[in-house]
Amino acid sequence: MPALPLDEAGKYVAAAYVVFLTLILIYVAIIAAKIARIDRDISELAEDDE
Amino acid sequence: MYSKGLVPLAAATVVTLATALTLVFFYAPLDADQGFVQKIFYVHVPMAIVALGGFVAGGIFGIRHLRSGDPSWDLRSYVAIHMSIILGLGVLVTGAIWAKASWGHWWVWDEPVLVSFLVVFLLYCVYYPLRFAIEDPERQARYSSVFAIAAGAFVPLNFMAVRLAEAYTHPRVLSQTGGSLPGEMRLTFLIALLGMTLLFVTLWKLELTAKHASLQLKRLKRRRAERETVAA
Repeated sequence: MPALPLDEAGKYVAAAYVVFLTLILIYVAIIAAKIARIDRDISELAEDDE
Repeated sequence: MYSKGLVPLAAATVVTLATALTLVFFYAPLDADQGFVQKIFYVHVPMAIVALGGFVAGGIFGIRHLRSGDPSWDLRSYVAIHMSIILGLGVLVTGAIWAKASWGHWWVWDEPVLVSFLVVFLLYCVYYPLRFAIEDPERQARYSSVFAIAAGAFVPLNFMAVRLAEAYTHPRVLSQTGGSLPGEMRLTFLIALLGMTLLFVTLWKLELTAKHASLQLKRLKRRRAERETVAA
């Protein structure tokens, strides 16, 4: 197939980079939620000990 | 324990990835054959290489676990495989986008590189049910390590078999003779590969830190519950 024109190819390139960014952001958000839960649990433990 | 050096590593990752993106869109020339679509390769190929490397690393950590019996190596192996599966999903999706733009189809079943990557990806999807079907932590770690080693050995064998069988059907970005990349593209690709590797290591360490903290917390809660039982 011949190379796509820039306006046509641009949406595919953008889609590929958006997929990559979305994957990383979702992953980081999940890890952040996990860390926040650990932080909450530690705070509860500390409060119970006081 | 695992969080040592995480902040500078994260900073290096951000800088390298930002540099790579700048080079991709403002420095690397347009490919004469594929045009602008070729820019997908700077995210697709490094992701594939790092994902496959992560699978192999998971196998190496599995060997260390079986040799030492230290569960921390199993945790390293598990997180490396987990990260590689996430990147693998990205590889399949970005590959499909590129295929649609380049060949007019989202997926081509007679393309050995695509299909072999899918086989590797599906093989590692089995890792989760295998791991979490076993309740005893020691057996879980041992069986998971055996799987990680066997599957990790399959990855380079599969890669070599595809290369030997079909040397010219898939665009080759790097080869022993230098591939077909001109200097600017090669530099951009290598920076993108470095950025992806740093991203993998940063997220791997981040998840290890979170998992380690979670395990420590569970241990603390268990000890506390035991103390309370004794006191009662």
